[in-house]
Amino acid sequence: MGLPDSSGGLLSELDVDAFRRLFPLRFYESHLAKSTRPDGRPLDKARDTSSALGAVASADGSALVKIGSTTMLAAIKMEVMTPSQESPDEGCIAIEFHMPPICSPIVRPGRPAEAAPVVSKQLSDTILSSGMINLKELSLISGKAAWMVYLDIYCLDADGALFDAALLSAVAAFSHLQIPVVSMNDEGKVVVMSEENEGGKEPVNKEKRKLTLCSIPFSLTCILYKNYILADPTAEEESIMETLVTVVLDSSGQLVSLYKPGGSVLAYTSAIQDCVALTRQRVRELQTILDEATAGMEVD
Amino acid sequence: MEIDRLDGRTPNQLRPLACTHNVLNRAHGSASWCQGDTKVLAAVYGPKAGTKKNENPEKACIEVIWKPKTGQSGKTEREYEMILKRTLQSICILTLNPNTTTSVIIQVVNDDGALLPCAINAACAALVDAGIPLKHLAVAICCCLAESGYVILDPSKLEEQKMKAFVYLVFPNSVLSNLPEGQLTVQGEPMEHGIITSVTQGAMPVDDYLHCLERGRAATAKMSAFLRKSLQPKLPID
Repeated sequence: MGLPDSSGGLLSELDVDAFRRLFPLRFYESHLAKSTRPDGRPLDKARDTSSALGAVASADGSALVKIGSTTMLAAIKMEVMTPSQESPDEGCIAIEFHMPPICSPIVRPGRPAEAAPVVSKQLSDTILSSGMINLKELSLISGKAAWMVYLDIYCLDADGALFDAALLSAVAAFSHLQIPVVSMNDEGKVVVMSEENEGGKEPVNKEKRKLTLCSIPFSLTCILYKNYILADPTAEEESIMETLVTVVLDSSGQLVSLYKPGGSVLAYTSAIQDCVALTRQRVRELQTILDEATAGMEVD
Repeated sequence: MEIDRLDGRTPNQLRPLACTHNVLNRAHGSASWCQGDTKVLAAVYGPKAGTKKNENPEKACIEVIWKPKTGQSGKTEREYEMILKRTLQSICILTLNPNTTTSVIIQVVNDDGALLPCAINAACAALVDAGIPLKHLAVAICCCLAESGYVILDPSKLEEQKMKAFVYLVFPNSVLSNLPEGQLTVQGEPMEHGIITSVTQGAMPVDDYLHCLERGRAATAKMSAFLRKSLQPKLPID
């Protein structure tokens, strides 16, 4: 292979894959100029999204969500606890986001991923401040017993827009959640009733087996690059163009979170409004996807 | 409509600001920043040779270590570290010192609301003190939103807990330039109106967020003047 005499010569000899790796920004710019992206999507289109409820049989509620190839598995376990003195008639939700080494080449075994605690915190902030779940509903006997909800989300494949997928899986898991039946035992403690020891005891929560979800939050992450707005970025896009904006809106149109952690591109009011408008569309899409998934469960 | 604040401030009034430079002897740059009773100490070490794993060696790397007032650092501190790191990355000229790491250490001295904005301001002053090349400064502010859609600025801890939502905003400071005014606008808006960082908590209507933006911008203009004034004596007289 002869040495090319100028960069122009070098470029003409490169094949597409090599060009993509060597000059990622220029590769993307040539796509963006034609209002398209390397995977064939228009700029404002999110990837195909699917959600399957009840993926983990041993959990009280679970969901498997895919946005493009980003895959999240969410599972909920419930335990009876004594509520704290400050809020005797409220339950508690603990949310944990895990990034095992399986999800991405950046995550190494034994060393926790940097992004995991951040997404975890973002998720609990969003879910708690959206008011989707009324913590009072998690109370069993005021001051004596309440539900402790453990929501664990595992990232199986991290291909961008982690928060969006994690939030959708959390919401789907909550909509699938079936609260276990509990009863009072002889010592006056509230225990989960299992199949065999029902022994004539009256269940405490016979009717209430589902949580009412009001104002469900949905989110969309966008990349800001120059004047372009790219919805639902892949991991490659996130690593090349670093300015991310995550907008969370709930089903009634309220802004739950607008999260922009730094980035070289400044967001002006018009860009913010565009991102919010894109999220509005996406909320409608996600709402139908979630409704279809729940409807599918009821048929079974 | 008027909300009485516990400390008798008007809604737009900030708490007294105080900024001291070069407070630590061994650090390459340091600053302490007070907003009322919230006080944060920031130290900068670097640029040191080499970057950490998974970082781009063609650029300078910034590392942020957040130390809470008491106890171990948990998820909140991790999140603050990440936000601060990305914010500082956006104001530093990273291509000037490739393959180096600059450590920014934040020590919370007292938390009385608006902690993250206070830390961003402190880190920014410390970076200037250390002589790290910056594109511009970042000015951070906290806006609180009451149930009635009323906005108050720079809340104390108690106000932060009582209100339905709050927004942390970071804007670039206004740039003094010899260029005619029109040069520094992007899409018809002045450069200092662009958001570097936005973090919100609590649900609010979209219009209220935009309202917070406006109020935050107006307040950061004042803060950026204060920051500029407090940095001025350090600069050699041309």
